[in-house]
Amino acid sequence: MIFFWFLAAILIASAVWTISASKPVYSVVALLLNFAVLAVLYLTLSAEFLAVIQIIVYSGAILVLFVFVIALLSSGVTPFATGPNRLPNIWMPASVVVLAAFGFLIYALSQTSAMQARPSGPVGSAAVFGSVADFGRALFTVQLLPFEVTALILMVAVIGVITLGGEQMRDADSSRQQAAADRSMREAILREGGD
Amino acid sequence: MPVTLNHYVALASVIFFIGVTGVIVRRNPLIMLMSIELMFNSANLLFIAFARVWLHNAGQIFAFLVITVAAAEAAIGLAIIVTTFRPEKYVDVDDVRALHG
Repeated sequence: MIFFWFLAAILIASAVWTISASKPVYSVVALLLNFAVLAVLYLTLSAEFLAVIQIIVYSGAILVLFVFVIALLSSGVTPFATGPNRLPNIWMPASVVVLAAFGFLIYALSQTSAMQARPSGPVGSAAVFGSVADFGRALFTVQLLPFEVTALILMVAVIGVITLGGEQMRDADSSRQQAAADRSMREAILREGGD
Repeated sequence: MPVTLNHYVALASVIFFIGVTGVIVRRNPLIMLMSIELMFNSANLLFIAFARVWLHNAGQIFAFLVITVAAAEAAIGLAIIVTTFRPEKYVDVDDVRALHG
């Protein structure tokens, strides 16, 4: 019980730190803390495979990608932190809207009966629930189609990123070729003039 | 007072709305993307908490799919940010108005 409140406090504090940090790098650090605490919370909910995946995929892959992009973008002349940070301007109306939406959500949850509903599919036993073997068996038998769709989504993402990055590379290539053609033409003209 | 499902629902909704606040308030696309990740994770927490209460691992499978989609979304979003903002001095989504009409 105390452990849960401890984790929840760190989780909320790091989430607030993520959205209120002045530099994106601090946000990444806060988000890293958030994801690590969330992985511990998954362990207490007996989702051991997902706790490991949370650390590997989120902290290991996605956050490193964020750090790379921050390093890439802030290597220019202007320091990244001097970019517009208009937190104070719309802080009040935004928080009113968000609190209203939050209150509506809590009200709707207190009215609904979905919390008391029971699942319709097969129900596992508490002893093996959440183990890696149990998860893997479900993933490769009952839930095989969603798993394959996941592979398709990842392939779409890879193709999209290559398309986006390739455009930039083509632009750079064509401008470099243009410059080379200009230079050779200039040299040719100079040579003719010299003759 | 033991920890019940309601505690997890409350915690997940608080984190979700912190993420919503981040998307509304911040104009830095990187921090907006991180707020979206926060929202993904609050949804994941709910899926896993409900899976634990019902002892049914469809919730865990769905959380796994959400993590995959989040990875794809982060990769494409960051690629778009890099292609859009590389020549700019600042990084602010309100400065992008190529489709402004």
